[in-house]
Amino acid sequence: METVAQREEKFSSFLTLPTGYKPFFTFPVGDKALDGYSKKKYVCKLLFIFLLGHDIDFGHMEAVNLLSSNRYTEKQIGYLFISVLVNSNSELIRLINNAIKNDLASRNPTFMGLALHCIANVGSREMAEAFAGEIPKILVAGDTMDSVKQSAALCLLRLYRTSPDLVPMGDWTSRVVHLLNDQHLGVVTAATSLITTLAQKNPEEFKTSVSLAVSRLSRIVTSASTDLQDYTYYFVPAPWLSVKLLRLLQCYPPPEDPAVRGRLTECLETILNKAQEPPKSKKVQHSNAKNAVLFEAISLIIHHDSEPNLLVRACNQLGQFLQHRETNLRYLALESMCTLASSEFSHEAVKTHIETVINALKTERDVSVRQRAVDLLYAMCDRSNAQQIVAEMLSYLETADYSIREEIVLKVAILAEKYAVDYTWYVDTILNLIRIAGDYVSEEVWYRVIQIVINRDDVQGYAAKTVFEALQAPACHENLVKVGGYILGEFGNLIAGDPRSSPLIQFNLLHSKFHLCSVPTRALLLSTYIKFVNLFPEVKATIQDVLRSDSQLKNADVELQQRAVEYLRLSTVASTDILATVLEEMPPFPERESSILAKLKKKKGPSTVTDLEESKRERSIDVNGGPEPVPASTSAASTPSPSADLLGLGAAPPAPTGPPPSSGGGLLVDVFSDSASAVAPLAPGSEDNFARFVCKNNGVLFENQLLQIGLKSEFRQNLGRMFIFYGNKTSTQFLNFTPTLICADDLQANILVYL
Amino acid sequence: MQFMLLFSRQGKLRLQKWYVPLSDKEKKKITRELVQTVLARKPKMCSFLEWRDLKIVYKRYASLYFCCAIEDQDNELITLEIIHRYVELLDKYFGSVCELDIIFNFEKAYFILDEFLLGGEVQETSKKNVLKAIEQADLLQEVSYLGSWKEN
Repeated sequence: METVAQREEKFSSFLTLPTGYKPFFTFPVGDKALDGYSKKKYVCKLLFIFLLGHDIDFGHMEAVNLLSSNRYTEKQIGYLFISVLVNSNSELIRLINNAIKNDLASRNPTFMGLALHCIANVGSREMAEAFAGEIPKILVAGDTMDSVKQSAALCLLRLYRTSPDLVPMGDWTSRVVHLLNDQHLGVVTAATSLITTLAQKNPEEFKTSVSLAVSRLSRIVTSASTDLQDYTYYFVPAPWLSVKLLRLLQCYPPPEDPAVRGRLTECLETILNKAQEPPKSKKVQHSNAKNAVLFEAISLIIHHDSEPNLLVRACNQLGQFLQHRETNLRYLALESMCTLASSEFSHEAVKTHIETVINALKTERDVSVRQRAVDLLYAMCDRSNAQQIVAEMLSYLETADYSIREEIVLKVAILAEKYAVDYTWYVDTILNLIRIAGDYVSEEVWYRVIQIVINRDDVQGYAAKTVFEALQAPACHENLVKVGGYILGEFGNLIAGDPRSSPLIQFNLLHSKFHLCSVPTRALLLSTYIKFVNLFPEVKATIQDVLRSDSQLKNADVELQQRAVEYLRLSTVASTDILATVLEEMPPFPERESSILAKLKKKKGPSTVTDLEESKRERSIDVNGGPEPVPASTSAASTPSPSADLLGLGAAPPAPTGPPPSSGGGLLVDVFSDSASAVAPLAPGSEDNFARFVCKNNGVLFENQLLQIGLKSEFRQNLGRMFIFYGNKTSTQFLNFTPTLICADDLQANILVYL
Repeated sequence: MQFMLLFSRQGKLRLQKWYVPLSDKEKKKITRELVQTVLARKPKMCSFLEWRDLKIVYKRYASLYFCCAIEDQDNELITLEIIHRYVELLDKYFGSVCELDIIFNFEKAYFILDEFLLGGEVQETSKKNVLKAIEQADLLQEVSYLGSWKEN
């Protein structure tokens, strides 16, 4: 007997005949028309060829012709062909839509079913335009057969998904909600799917479905296994419908009506109880169906986040699953627990399972399960277990899959920073990160560690010492050299007293790595050398020799060459005072949102839920949204009193929620004059903003890290009015804020300015 | 559900059902990549994986892989059961179904799938009802051909 492979071999060679296969498929026109059966046969064969992966460029017309046949099977093949080979030929689309319309209007339920299936499968915009009005009517008409109702509901759903604007809400929405009470569970299933999607965009319209859904769900859950007959799946009553109802309920907050709420809680408790009972069947299908309902119920409990009792029970149930034999269940339990960890009621309960999760991280063979375990550790991390979790994640990192390393690095960096009580631990962690997975440590991470070290006096000495020791390792990563170079340049003096880390030793250590590094690192090291010249006069000569060497002064890279030349000159020409001023220690960086978080969010996509976002979110002030002040209050801007009420927005307390009164950064903004003004020139960024005001009256005029200035102007005939809003972007209060508005002389003649 | 693919262990596609509009090129690309990813999984690994921004649920029945792509908020376990229910339907209809049945009666496989799932959602979960609908369609086919034979 021929095997499948042999058959296909024959067929493929047939397809690649020099004349192609077209001659074998003649569709005669005119009087020698093919009869329905043959047409159907050929269309079917064409479809088969297409599904094997070859392109079909003829036969569409014949398929469309089949649609108008009265024979069911011919129609069926015609519709199948069309749904698979969607054509954007407008002529054909018109014909297709016509055929569909005829079928929908015929009272024959099988034909209607076929037509609805086709619309649902293709779901193109043209079809939506043609039929979006018809289908709701079919759906709610009393005399429609159940099977047609089902198809109509899902068809409408498909059209709504592709062209939501073409499906307007109407009277039919309340009738659709009532379908939830229908006798036929198939209709209920289809209706629930439809309502779930519609309710997400129009929650008000479908609010009444909540109580109906709850009563339906409780009836199902409490039914005996013989009640639902064919809708019972391996002893689980209507699992698909239950899952759908639970999904529908997740579109709404917990029900306000206490009766409904009580019923729902009872329902969820029953589902949780059933999970503890011994299984009615050994088959995996039974447990899968039962657990599917259970997991969806847990999702609902998490979504509502209002019943501590249920949350804790859910958490315990998941905890049991964490150690289940089946990998699938362990995977899902880890995933669900991630969402559970962010709820305040259950956060503590989740933490009790930390040992199990860590164990999973170490022993799971499936990499996707390990990944979930990492996600869960990240979600459950807080001050009490941060050190343990970070340590575990670091040890996992050593053996982790390359594709996930960058993400783990970012997570460890974020956790270490957020929960560091003792910043020496933070420094250690980051250096470990670089040691283990240096390639995946992105720029943001090591910028951040330097920012933190510079901002915190207490950890500078420790950082210098640790970095020095780390650099002594025979093979250290380039990122470590960057960090080490920078830190020793700033704080090398703190460890210079120890003879093991004397200036000369520090310099030699760094220089030994010099030739192994890439250009940006070398540039950084050159900066470090000149800082050493300032810090340690005793090594000045040595460093100058290095700078003077040809490999620096005549280096192929322009940046390196420039730095070498300039630094050399600086070291010879400048006196010690000047040198000290130029190469003074870096001032602390201003606090701003961690760019690491932004990078992690970008990597994971917008669906990641982290409560870290809330705490790190910058309290930036939307100045332009402020209420419109009376013009006289702009004069308040020029009074130097610290408690001056800017813009008349009510008593502005020192809290940074509203634009606070004063600042030390008096910025002079001259709106109308060109650069001829004698005042400080406009900062570079504002040139772009300035041009914007040619066509706009409102907008942001200037922005830097400390201050944001917005402008709002209105003009009527020959009168104009401008409001200038100053926004404080730091978290400290501005003091003695004095804005001054200057109008250039030549303009003074043309404009009368009242302040 | 966004799409369902059935493919053999050699990576040959036996059935493809797409519930989202995509160009042919994209479909081919997705199919290629996904087939490779799933075939690379070892037997004891779990049935779910994350791919691009979708969740993939797959199960192997004899020589065929049944693979569904669902969205983030969909329930994975119930999708496994959707696959199983579909296999049961095919089994009941063809009587001990095998890969050859699906190859040579592909249109029936599509029809059964359409009765069971529509637009990516479960339409009818009663096995009896789905099979009844298919049987009725088959009956119509025989009647119509008996009719035409009589006419000729």
